[in-house]
Amino acid sequence: MNVLAYLIPISLILGGLGLAFFIYTVRSNQYDDPEGDARRILSDDWDDHPKP
Amino acid sequence: MTAAIRATPSACPACAAAPAAEALAARALPDARIALSLPTIHCAACISKIETALNAHPQVRSARVNLTLKRASIDAAPGVTAEEMRALVEGLGYEAHELDAGTLNATATDRAGRDLLMRLAVAGFAAMNVMLLSVSVWSGAEAATRDMFHWISAAITLPAIAFAGVPFYRNAWAALRQGRLNMDVPITLAIILAVLTSLWETSLSGEHAYFDAAIALTFFLLAGRYLDHRTRAIARSAAEELTALEVPRATRLRDGAEEVVGLADLAVGDLILVRPGGRMPVDGVIVTGTTELDRSLLTGETLPVFAGAGQAVSAGEVNLTGPLTIRASAVGAETSLHRMADLVAIAESGRSRYTSLADRAARLYAPGVHILSGLSFVGWYLYTWDLRTALNVAAAVLIITCPCALGLAVPAVTTAASGRLFRRGMLIKHETALERLAQVDTVVFDKTGTLTTGTPRLTNLDALPRDAVELALALSGASSHPLAQAITRAARDAGYLAAKLTDITEVPGYGTKGVFEGQEVRLGRASWVGARARAETATFLRVGEAAPVAFTFTDALRPGAEEAVAALVAQGKRVILMSGDTTPAVAALAARLGIAQWLAEALPADKAARVAALTEAGAHVLMVGDGLNDTAALAAAHVSISPASALDAARVASDIVLLGNDLAPIAAACETARAATRRITENFRIATLYNIVAVPLAVAGLCSPLIAALAMSASSITVSLNALRLR
Repeated sequence: MNVLAYLIPISLILGGLGLAFFIYTVRSNQYDDPEGDARRILSDDWDDHPKP
Repeated sequence: MTAAIRATPSACPACAAAPAAEALAARALPDARIALSLPTIHCAACISKIETALNAHPQVRSARVNLTLKRASIDAAPGVTAEEMRALVEGLGYEAHELDAGTLNATATDRAGRDLLMRLAVAGFAAMNVMLLSVSVWSGAEAATRDMFHWISAAITLPAIAFAGVPFYRNAWAALRQGRLNMDVPITLAIILAVLTSLWETSLSGEHAYFDAAIALTFFLLAGRYLDHRTRAIARSAAEELTALEVPRATRLRDGAEEVVGLADLAVGDLILVRPGGRMPVDGVIVTGTTELDRSLLTGETLPVFAGAGQAVSAGEVNLTGPLTIRASAVGAETSLHRMADLVAIAESGRSRYTSLADRAARLYAPGVHILSGLSFVGWYLYTWDLRTALNVAAAVLIITCPCALGLAVPAVTTAASGRLFRRGMLIKHETALERLAQVDTVVFDKTGTLTTGTPRLTNLDALPRDAVELALALSGASSHPLAQAITRAARDAGYLAAKLTDITEVPGYGTKGVFEGQEVRLGRASWVGARARAETATFLRVGEAAPVAFTFTDALRPGAEEAVAALVAQGKRVILMSGDTTPAVAALAARLGIAQWLAEALPADKAARVAALTEAGAHVLMVGDGLNDTAALAAAHVSISPASALDAARVASDIVLLGNDLAPIAAACETARAATRRITENFRIATLYNIVAVPLAVAGLCSPLIAALAMSASSITVSLNALRLR
């Protein structure tokens, strides 16, 4: 059962990372325009160089 | 909108655009933030085309299109006007409307939604981890391992619940302080009691800990709250957009120069220019100019009325033919338009206090839960004289009965139903509007602007002599009066060609005249051409000294009006027509649509009183109206609908806004509302059924955390799935 000593912290850290990333996406307004973002990926405007 | 309001430094617009003036303005003014509504955009190409064009404009700092809201927000240098941006986008082939940036305050609602989402995420994260730990406990972890799992669960649950449950604690505290009980009181009590007894059990290395139940409960309830918030946020933002589309501006004359100012800047005594087609921004008196006024939004009359110098005008009337200069006699809150709000306030105070289904359920539920839990605590304490067992049982009862499914029952259904109705073009503004719509048995329609479009249609074209129509077409083509435009449209569609007339001039307020083969030809009001006025809407043509020829009009029906009335009658509802228009016009429309009961020449107070009388008699009235004269009736009715073309005041007073031009969705919406209410009651029954099965177990002390978790999750999921069945 010693493996629990590693597995529980690892799972918590991974889950916590997921949570932190989710909170980051909410804070940076990434859910403001879900429909637009889904379409924007189809546009080839900034394929050659990133948007300045 | 600062850019648009800014006074031009000099009278000539070109000078204002000159770099020197720009540089001066740039130092003094903040950046222009412009919002445009783009109702027709739909694809990736639209986004990039509009963004590229806007960003290519030298003075635009950044522009971003939001496809979900169908809106563009532009950050530009000072001096850039919304009109300029609108023209730019229209030039690309997209419909664009200016939005009043002051009205759009999406940020406040946004913050509340984001806050809820964050708490939901934290609760979800904690619930997943605790559930995994609990699974190993249920599957037989023992002694030290079980204690360790319990302690880890506690370490995750305590901070998570402290953060995620804040909305419930706050609401419960607010209710308790006022000596009331709401749904949040049993929720908060269950969460706190569950966590405390679990901590106590864990410290004594006991077998049952309810950390998983407490955090899962928080998660499910937050999911319900979030759904609820989103539905309302979508409706609110769409309603805000409708208001923002009407940018409140007026043209003020100062020392002979025109300047465009915001309505808030107008003062009593200002001279204001109202062009043909414009709406009166304030109450006032006409100083110069003659015209005809369309007062249909205020009174429901379709017939335009003559207005000349010295006559009083009210805010909201539309100037039809000639330019007017008016001197403001009342501005802002003093205008007749705003005074109508008092009538609305009175009507609203009389509106029956509707208690939502959820509130009614909570009123039954909350005390019952507390009594049951308290009784099982006392019973077990008297039976065993063991505080620990008694407290454990009481906590189990509270958790099992906790209104988790009840919290989801209403929001899940209203989200599904509102989404469905929104796609059909109906905006549900009020949270209980759907439930109230389901009870409707009487429908009251306004005429002008609601059942009819408010635009006239020529009726007697076939009966008119050919040369008369050709002469009229030549004259009507020169006018922007709605009746003239109706003649032009009808005659062109029927293939008539305009006669050759010379010296065509429009006499504002009277009509249009011209010369044909040496004779004067007049098209206009009865008194001006020497004809006798008729009961229906009509305009007259006179050639020389010959007898005048009448052109008669009816109001065009709004699309879907016939279907809506027929469907409502088929549903067994009583349909009533109430209008401020003349008796013949109302009677004709009622006959055409098959409406048996109608009331003509009704004053705004009459309408509200009629609706109140119907309510008194036990009817649940749905009022559909658009004008200022309907506002009080809209507020007095059990539930109300107004079209998007309605005055702002009417839209604010109504519970549901019809976004499209079509009336047909009204009948379907009644059906959907009925189905939704049925689902809600069904959901309550499902939740109660789970309780009936699980509560005896909990009271008997046989309930393990596993049973609690199963009952809770299963009931929440069943309720959500049942809500999704709404078709």
